[in-house]
Amino acid sequence: MAVGPQAHGSNWRAAVDSGALLLVAGTGMLVAAAAAQTARVGLVQERTALAFGALIALGELLRLTLPGDRETAPIGSAGALAYALLLGVNGVPAQQPALQVVAVAAAGMTVGALPHLAAGRPAGVSGMAARLIAVAGVALVFRPFTRVPAIGAEAHWYVALIAMTGVLLAGWWLECLIRALIRADALRARFGVVLWDEMKVQLPLGWAVAATAMLIAFAAQEMGLVALALFFAPLLVTQVAFRRYAGIRATYLQTVRALARVTEVGGYVEDGHAHRVGQLAVAVGRELGMSEPQLLELEYAALMHDIGQLSLSDPIPGGATVLASRGDQRRIAELGAAVIRKAGVLDPVAETVRCQSWPYRGPDGDPPVASRIIRAANAFDDLVGASADTSRAMTALERLRLDTATEFDPRVVEALSKVAGRRRTGR
Amino acid sequence: MLAVAVVAFLVVLRVLLADLDWDLDVPMSWTLLVLVLLFLVCDSKPTVTSRQSAWSPSSSATLAAMVLLGPAGAVVVGATTLLSIQRGLAFTQRLFNASMYAISAYAAAEIYLALGGRVGAPIHGSFPRIIGPFAAAAAVHVVINYWLLWALLVLIREPDERRRDASLELNMSVLLVSDLGYATLGLLIAGLWGAGLRQFTAILVLVPLFVARWATAQFAAQQAAYAATMAALCQAVETKDFYTRGHSDRVSRGAAMLARTVGMRPARVEAIRYAGMLHDVGKLGVPTKVLQKNGPLTEEELAAIQLHPMRGLEIVREIGFLDEALAGIMHHHERMDGRGYPLGLAGDEIPEFARVIAVADAFDAMTSNRSYRGARTLEGAVADLRRWSGTQFDPALVDAFITALAREGWPRQVPAAQWHEADGIIPRDHDDPTAPLRAVESY
Repeated sequence: MAVGPQAHGSNWRAAVDSGALLLVAGTGMLVAAAAAQTARVGLVQERTALAFGALIALGELLRLTLPGDRETAPIGSAGALAYALLLGVNGVPAQQPALQVVAVAAAGMTVGALPHLAAGRPAGVSGMAARLIAVAGVALVFRPFTRVPAIGAEAHWYVALIAMTGVLLAGWWLECLIRALIRADALRARFGVVLWDEMKVQLPLGWAVAATAMLIAFAAQEMGLVALALFFAPLLVTQVAFRRYAGIRATYLQTVRALARVTEVGGYVEDGHAHRVGQLAVAVGRELGMSEPQLLELEYAALMHDIGQLSLSDPIPGGATVLASRGDQRRIAELGAAVIRKAGVLDPVAETVRCQSWPYRGPDGDPPVASRIIRAANAFDDLVGASADTSRAMTALERLRLDTATEFDPRVVEALSKVAGRRRTGR
Repeated sequence: MLAVAVVAFLVVLRVLLADLDWDLDVPMSWTLLVLVLLFLVCDSKPTVTSRQSAWSPSSSATLAAMVLLGPAGAVVVGATTLLSIQRGLAFTQRLFNASMYAISAYAAAEIYLALGGRVGAPIHGSFPRIIGPFAAAAAVHVVINYWLLWALLVLIREPDERRRDASLELNMSVLLVSDLGYATLGLLIAGLWGAGLRQFTAILVLVPLFVARWATAQFAAQQAAYAATMAALCQAVETKDFYTRGHSDRVSRGAAMLARTVGMRPARVEAIRYAGMLHDVGKLGVPTKVLQKNGPLTEEELAAIQLHPMRGLEIVREIGFLDEALAGIMHHHERMDGRGYPLGLAGDEIPEFARVIAVADAFDAMTSNRSYRGARTLEGAVADLRRWSGTQFDPALVDAFITALAREGWPRQVPAAQWHEADGIIPRDHDDPTAPLRAVESY
């Protein structure tokens, strides 16, 4: 059970380090410059700075993890962006320079991250850096304009509204871009696909954050700093809703992962088979440029691809379906699909499982890509198993390649050999 | 009953509204129109919390109207529910909702005024003095709304469907907090009205609200998908043994029923529901021929069966459940007298979840068909629960289970018609206290 996933995990970490290092170093330099400048000229309007710093720290403390292991801090981001956009407090024009915004945001985030560190949860440094850069971008573009009377304190509200919308949109996109760069590098995935996925995941919460930032910036003019406390409440409700959503998504995946192991405990397949095929299939799917929702369905299908074996009264010797007769393979696939279809919500997954036994070029027509991937990943794992032996993997790949005329999709086998090759070299 | 409530509400309203000031000038009418639209938009796609109730964040519009326009405005905006574009609402239901919202709005507005709240767009210096009266008004609005709705749901409940609405209870506290959160939006709308943003305020304020609703809907969809997937996978596990079909599902519901009866909080009830569903998943680790064997068991085979709670734990350990659910799965075959397995815990040493699941598990086994007998009657099974109360089961839980059974019933299984006593079949089922597991030596 241990070898596959663990080896995979460490690969990811190594990749994250190299990719994110540049970003973190750059952000660190920016923060150092901002802090130095702020220290030199002194803090402007320190009561306001303190209030926003506290809100940002609280937001960082309440950060949340979106599906796909994405750390965000909507309340902190909204607070920092509102500080960047702030026009005035109780009728007094706001005068903080852009670098002060960066310094306050960085300080708030650091303070908010400390309790997490103390509790032993590692800080998602690259996520924090991406959030901070977005804030810095918005502040650097927008702060100078607040000195222009037509946009700043004396502006008609809709001029300010349009300017804020534009700047926030750009800032949001910048954050998505940075996150996607890091992620594409870490997961060795296609940048375009990752950027699109990132934007889709971040969009709903991004709307809420941007709207709240604008509301605080406007409301503080009339309500003063009370606006911060008041707008905190609705965004907190939004965040609670998201936390529950992210939580159930995570539990769902964990449960499918765990229950996929019943075939192992029942002695139908080798230990760790379902998990390894899941990891391998996802890596291959990513190599082929599949999007995140597709990858999730692929992972579910891969984890449950052998569930049909539960309907067999006696386990296949060794559990390796690659060695079973074609009729048996087909029956297992059909039975598995029937089980999954009963859930009523995973019909595409059931279809993928059903077609996994079809040869690449056969009488039934072409199976879906996901089915082809699972077919190849399953065959590979049946032949190699938990073994880390290079020659065994090479032999297995060779055998799959020989079968590409009819059995396996050559593109899938090519992607599989790339993934297997990366694992061998540790990257 | 609904009609009676509506009539009562209308009478109350007639009395309350007799001396309200209904004068609105032109700008105020505009404000009222925008707020009414805001209310209708909020109300258009509510989160359905149960078969009989739905939740929408529309109270923010009512409370904004209270500040900007006073009691009359709040009542009018609240009563707009009558025009709700939600589909499938009967006229009496609309009338009930409208009068309920109007009464809550009236009460909230009166509290607001009584505590010194000022009517009109807040200006410089209104903050933070306005917050106290507003918070009190919001609390009154939410509480009266919930109280009236709750009272109605209790009243209209049909005598023959006494099953308590678990989803409503589950969501009540979450919704209450959300509602108070959204109530503050009302104050923000009012405050920003003074800052000159006017109608745009409403649009901006709606964004976080709609995003939250989107996330809530996603959550509900995922939760339903999750439950369905888990049920399907558990069914797959059951295919190994014809006679245990549906067992996981019934134990899950029985354990949840018992947990509610003894007053566990909703999150724990939810956890025990999952634990009940998964309690026998470890049976997969027991070879089919042992599970379905009709002859006597050897020591090894007995040990294999007795290991299944541990195998189950091994499978579900990685799921981010409450630890209690894991303990429930691992210890569901312990006995109060300490003669159970896998660890032989006794009395209070056995985790509460395990004691609850044990009762539901045994009861379902006794009332289901088995290879060696047909399903037993509920009365017989209750008598047997009583007999083993104290030795095998927790007496307090047995009593609570019997109470719950009388109130909520149990899916009755028809005894298999073709079933007949076959020679050589030894009555044996690991869940059934009337046919306990025995190794071959004891015969």
